Amino acid sequence: MTSRRAEVEDPLGLDHVREPRFGSPDEVGAALAAHKYLADPQTASVVFLADRLIKPVLVEGPAGTGKTQLGKTVAEALGARLIRLQCYEGIDESKALYEWNYRKQLLRIQAGQSGSDRSVDWHELEGDIFSDEFLLTRPLLEAIRATEPVVLLIDEVDRVEVETEALLLEVLSDYQVSIPELGTLQATQLPLVFLTSNNTRELSEALKRRCLYLHLSYPDVERERAIVLSRVPGVSAALALRIAEVVRTLRQLDLRKAPSVSETLDWARTLVVLGRDELDDETVGETLHVLLKYQSDVDKATKELLGNRA
Amino acid sequence: MLELLGAFVGELRAAGIPVSTTEHLDAARALVAVDLMEREVVKASLAATMVKDETHYAAFDLAFEIFFATVPAGALGEDAGEGEDGDAASGAQGQAGQGGGAGGQVSAEELAEMLFRALRDADQAALGDAARLAVTRFAGVEPGRPVGGTYYLYRTLRNLDLDALRARLMSAEGPIPPGSLAERLARDDAQGRIEQLKRAVQAEIRRRLVEDRGAAVLARSVRRPLPEDLDVMHATRDELAAMHRALVPLSRKLAVRLARKRRKGHHGALDLRRTVRASMSTGGVPITPIFKPPRPAKPEIFVIADVSGSVASFARFTLLLVHAISSQFRKVRSFVFVDGLDEATRFFEETQDPHEAVMRINTEADVIYVDGHSDYGRALTLFHERYASDVSRRASVLVLGDARNNYHAAQAWVLDDLRQRARAVYWLNPEPQGYWDSGDSIVATYAPHCDAVVECRTLRQLEKFVGTLA
Repeated sequence: MTSRRAEVEDPLGLDHVREPRFGSPDEVGAALAAHKYLADPQTASVVFLADRLIKPVLVEGPAGTGKTQLGKTVAEALGARLIRLQCYEGIDESKALYEWNYRKQLLRIQAGQSGSDRSVDWHELEGDIFSDEFLLTRPLLEAIRATEPVVLLIDEVDRVEVETEALLLEVLSDYQVSIPELGTLQATQLPLVFLTSNNTRELSEALKRRCLYLHLSYPDVERERAIVLSRVPGVSAALALRIAEVVRTLRQLDLRKAPSVSETLDWARTLVVLGRDELDDETVGETLHVLLKYQSDVDKATKELLGNRA
Repeated sequence: MLELLGAFVGELRAAGIPVSTTEHLDAARALVAVDLMEREVVKASLAATMVKDETHYAAFDLAFEIFFATVPAGALGEDAGEGEDGDAASGAQGQAGQGGGAGGQVSAEELAEMLFRALRDADQAALGDAARLAVTRFAGVEPGRPVGGTYYLYRTLRNLDLDALRARLMSAEGPIPPGSLAERLARDDAQGRIEQLKRAVQAEIRRRLVEDRGAAVLARSVRRPLPEDLDVMHATRDELAAMHRALVPLSRKLAVRLARKRRKGHHGALDLRRTVRASMSTGGVPITPIFKPPRPAKPEIFVIADVSGSVASFARFTLLLVHAISSQFRKVRSFVFVDGLDEATRFFEETQDPHEAVMRINTEADVIYVDGHSDYGRALTLFHERYASDVSRRASVLVLGDARNNYHAAQAWVLDDLRQRARAVYWLNPEPQGYWDSGDSIVATYAPHCDAVVECRTLRQLEKFVGTLA
């Protein structure tokens, strides 16, 4: 394995800061599983590659399949600090990258003027007010400047405008931030970067090209059962299997909003609280609304699953 | 390996997936980093580095199966088979060696039993062996024939008696009361396993075809367009389902784009009061003019759709799409016709489920007048008679159809009149442009009376057109 890693060329010249975090995809899977995130082999492989190739991961998929959770759990598993940038429409440089603390700069200038020594050299002052002390770091810059291991999570990146996307590109491909007054700040360690998207718009080619792509879809029955077992205390193995099977059947129906993994978990918890050990027809009929969020979906599912009796 | 990767990338591009040179390089670097003996990891690596859109996965999977089939499925599959119970393993090895030779050592009952056990235990290795036997026995693969294997698949599956297999799988864990939830679950479960079997058989057939004719050639004959490039009028049932799935994210993206476009673009009129106020700080000189926030009116949409057999699926897609983004319009009214005309707006208003609405259009809308052959002239006249007064300057009128008028009168003056009243009249034609005006198609008669006649064969074209509406 080590010899193989040496063969991977490092286009960023960042070898000195590079410490592979995982030995193999299986190791990734095990590390995530230890923190109760059951990744499928594909997810594990992509996270492994993200580390090896030093590339950000763009995670897409339906809501509630664990996109954000993946980033969080990787951070937990690595014992790294999680820095999160929640994107929204209208986010700009000063919220994502950095901002000069101009109030403080103003104070500094005024302090210089009112002091007894009025002959403060302008160049000195300028150099002073454009220094670290007056820089407000925002998530992206913070992730670059951190000295400890960091996982950067850029959440819902599809909400920013196409033009603003460009802000991310320098950070994502070169792990650096250019500040005109200070020059280019290079990362001292390489953060693992996760971007999540709900696919409300097409992301630009430039962004996609820089990322590894991972589509998280709904898990299969076996994995969903395992997820329920590991996440919901007090649920029996038989019940977990039944739950997973019902959810699979529901997802095959043409519903407005298919149940997500998090809703499956809610449902499992509900059943545990209600003290049900078995899924009979009545139980399903009574608790279906936990799983489905539209009345039309509930009606449809009741009809499909329970026939005409309910 | 590099050569194989190069050919693979070529195939992906040919299938329509945009793979840039950087991504190609990334894939190569990824392959260096991972263990090449693990097929799933290799596949995940290639997908992650080169395929950046979920709807492209199907095309990628197909290409991957063809280009990376021979090595693992053949070599590893047989090793795994050796550990299985006696007759199955020896049978598998004996015949796999001969390739397309006629089977005969395993009886049909034994094969069915093997399949059943492999599926019940979800044993992939055993399933692969059984699929190999089944293909050898039933598919009758003839070397050298330029086919994609669909017929082999059909022949194999027909001989396997899947219904009996499904019934056995369902009752594997004891009898189940009919009509209960448990029955439904068991049925879905059995169905899922049967699908696995189909995939295994298909993979095996592809493997043999690759051995026979080489990956690149086979890939060319099984290649299908991406969902957004599929021709709506000629899609298979599975492809239509894929397009339906693609429609949901597509309409959401479109709605976001329209909303943003309307908000930006141009600004409103000058806000004099605020401009003067702002000028106070610059000594009364209005340096920064301030504008009122833009409030462009949302357009109204009138959709007049031909729902006769030939173009029904296209009309369905367009209605679904337009109603899915109806929040972006002031009003959406839809009308459907064959040789009669009926307003379909109510179906969409009465239910939240657009698919149900479309189904009700098919069953309840009153669109047939005489013989159920499209009569554009009559439909247009009827529309003009009943609804023309509702069409205002804000409205865009979309006519959907192939303009195959069955030699009835065209009545193109209606479009002229509508164009006077409306903002624009567009004609969307799901036929390729080359077919226009052939036979009973009278596009040319209508075209001068429309603002534009647009060829709309694929979801991509449809999305592009609807995007220009708002």
